[in-house]
Amino acid sequence: MKWSEFFVTGEPLIYAADVAIVLTMVGIVFVLTYFKKWKWLWNEWLTTVDHKKIGVMYIICAVLMLFRGGVDALLMRAQLTAPNMKFLDAQHYNEIFTTHGTIMILFMAMPFIIGLMNIVVPLQIGARDVAFPYLNALSFWLFFFGALLFNISFVIGGSPDAGWTAYFPLAGNEFSHGVGNNYYAVALQISGIGTLMTGINFLVTILKMRAPGMTLMRMPMFTWTILITCVLIIFAFPVLTVALALMTFDRIFGTQFFTMANGGMSMLWANLFWIWGHPEVYIVILPSFGIFSEVVSTFAQKRLFGYKAMVGSIVGIAFLSFIVWVHHFFTMGAGPAVNSAFSITTMAIAIPTGVKIFNWLFTIRKGKIRFTTAMLWSLAFIPNFVIGGVTGVMLAMAAADYQYHNSYFLIAHFHYVLIAGTVFACFAGLHYWYPKMFGHILNERLGKWTFWLFMIGFNICFFPMYFLGLMGMTRRMYTYSADLGWTPLNVVATVGAALMGIGFIVLCYNIYYSARYGERDMTGDPWNGRTLEWATASPPVHYNFPVTPVVEDLDAYWVMKKKYGGFQVKEEDLKPIHMPSNSGRPFWMSVAFFVAGFGLVFKWFALAIVGALFIVLGLILRSFEDDDGYYIPVDEIKRMERAARKGA
Amino acid sequence: MGEAAHRYDGTLPLEYRTQESRLNILGFWIFLGAEVALFATLFATYLVLFQRTGSGPTAGELFEVKDVLIETLLLLTSSFTCGLAIFEMRRGRLAGLLAWLLVTLLLGAGFITFEIREFIHYVHEGATMQTSAFLSSFFVLVGTHGAHVSLGIGWMILIIIQLLQRGFTPKTARKVFIVSLYWHFLDVVWIFIFTLVYLLGMVI
Repeated sequence: MKWSEFFVTGEPLIYAADVAIVLTMVGIVFVLTYFKKWKWLWNEWLTTVDHKKIGVMYIICAVLMLFRGGVDALLMRAQLTAPNMKFLDAQHYNEIFTTHGTIMILFMAMPFIIGLMNIVVPLQIGARDVAFPYLNALSFWLFFFGALLFNISFVIGGSPDAGWTAYFPLAGNEFSHGVGNNYYAVALQISGIGTLMTGINFLVTILKMRAPGMTLMRMPMFTWTILITCVLIIFAFPVLTVALALMTFDRIFGTQFFTMANGGMSMLWANLFWIWGHPEVYIVILPSFGIFSEVVSTFAQKRLFGYKAMVGSIVGIAFLSFIVWVHHFFTMGAGPAVNSAFSITTMAIAIPTGVKIFNWLFTIRKGKIRFTTAMLWSLAFIPNFVIGGVTGVMLAMAAADYQYHNSYFLIAHFHYVLIAGTVFACFAGLHYWYPKMFGHILNERLGKWTFWLFMIGFNICFFPMYFLGLMGMTRRMYTYSADLGWTPLNVVATVGAALMGIGFIVLCYNIYYSARYGERDMTGDPWNGRTLEWATASPPVHYNFPVTPVVEDLDAYWVMKKKYGGFQVKEEDLKPIHMPSNSGRPFWMSVAFFVAGFGLVFKWFALAIVGALFIVLGLILRSFEDDDGYYIPVDEIKRMERAARKGA
Repeated sequence: MGEAAHRYDGTLPLEYRTQESRLNILGFWIFLGAEVALFATLFATYLVLFQRTGSGPTAGELFEVKDVLIETLLLLTSSFTCGLAIFEMRRGRLAGLLAWLLVTLLLGAGFITFEIREFIHYVHEGATMQTSAFLSSFFVLVGTHGAHVSLGIGWMILIIIQLLQRGFTPKTARKVFIVSLYWHFLDVVWIFIFTLVYLLGMVI
């Protein structure tokens, strides 16, 4: 392989990106060295097993990936603004919509949700950490290096270009020669393993580590959605693991799973992909429902309406999510009987989802509503998501789907559910739990600017796409001719995308502004919250709770405040607290995964084997490790509690 | 974690006594649930593809009954000896545990040896994983199981070394118990492979 093939060449945009990457790296190294922060970075972050810090790292990565995926989106909108644009060529456009989709789902939505669940779930159930803190760190670093591997593809070797669904035979060797789709297969595999371990970790955590008195039916709704999401992860992600492994075998070792000759079956890929892919959609939306439930209940200052119906509908949605996958390819010829069955199951999902919508509406009804930024996101979610949901039911009708399939109508539909559902939830959750993460509140005024810019921009961008789809504009086309009459609506959509971009910039400025001037949260409970995370300091001391709280009812902290005036800790009740030790191994093992993956992508098998040997070494060292963690003595706890509570 | 992690219950078997062990064992059961999903996907793939032989041999033409029967006997027996190992552990007999683990390990190694021989034989016949969709799915399904068994052997060796170094502790007992769960799981998967791959392949 020549160097000119190794590095992507020929595009001014790519050279600009090369320069930006080098400058950023030099900048980071310079800042860390100048301020003597290397040791701090290693001890406080890279080796941490603290669920709160891991959660923060997930969210930082998710925001960076939102930037990357957002730039991809803006490039696409720029190309489509006017007919016959020459801004991007067909190949570059293919690469950009592929990375946009993959990054937004797997490296933005997933880590954002997993980040919030890392920070919040142990606090909500009154635990000191997750069940397997070391594994949690490994999960994060596998995600991180998987994402890194995926992201370097656009400057080294070339990006995947077969769409985020990577359908065969297009994604096979016959039609995609470069290394781009190898990156897809290997990078998703690495971060997918991390996600699977997160699912196991949090399922055990929620089942076994709840505070005394917190029965399943007293769990906060966010924790409930995470519990069910974990079950989805555990049963859906192995399917992705297999699908990607088969893809890797086909592309790198020349097997015949999805090929055109020798008995291969390309439709098998579509089935495997969506057997994972559809539950995956619910993996990012159920936690979002959980976030909205918490926010709506807190800011309507009422107990969540229909708690049991809410739990039942989550379970129902999770079950149905596994039996709808064929609706992603109604037009591929499965026949009327199969299509009808999947049509019905798909429409059935609207029932439990509708139940949840009404529960939120009834929670708001007669509540004393406080219009905070988090609440605005949650209120905007309801009508926007309903638009996405109703058009989803339209798409679910198999016969009608032949008209909409892979048109901009579909694009508009899934952006209405994924943005109005998941992205709004991420922003709501970010504003809501920000004081818990960092000890200060995100500026509400700037937050509302972000909200209005982004929410209005979102509707201006995606609502016209419904009509573009009905007018015949299909997905993934990189340009169109002027006489089709699509230009005005495309111009409108691009204006909307720009507004969303401005909203994102305001959010980033808000993060900076609030860190410097934001209101400090000295109480630990800035929103008059209802669940246990608000019983801790902001940010919580690393052991979370000095003594394990006792739960008497749903909305545990609300009850505590009413009955006892808060979470009462008597110093004589303190006992030494056991905590897990930090470890650098998850970090370097994930580096080894990265090296092995990089070798596999380029078929440099010697490098892949070296990486694999280091992975095995890491496993052996872990097996022989005899580290039982350490105890924090009572005097130390007293000192830390006083320091954390000095403002209260 | 917290003091809960070290909540000790002396009435339970050694491997269940600490809270940490109980969490680990539950976590491993859930992991096995994920493994069931993984193998189920591989089986589904195989069943979709196994009659799509292209220009290559069919299952009936290819499979060697004798080798497969020997592999089956070796692995099923190893599952039984693995059960005996846990039985010895519950009786508190370290020597018995070690002996039966060693037997399990040797039977597993025998299984792998025969499986590799079987694979080499097929490749010599010109049946490689690149030949047809049937053979791709066959080698990946059976090979994934074989890779699991090999990993299990390596893992068991590490645990035997730790047993020799540290003797019975709640931790080593838990590790033995978990590896035994893993081993029995692989045995169950093999029964499905034997039925759905080899028996079905020789009938149809």
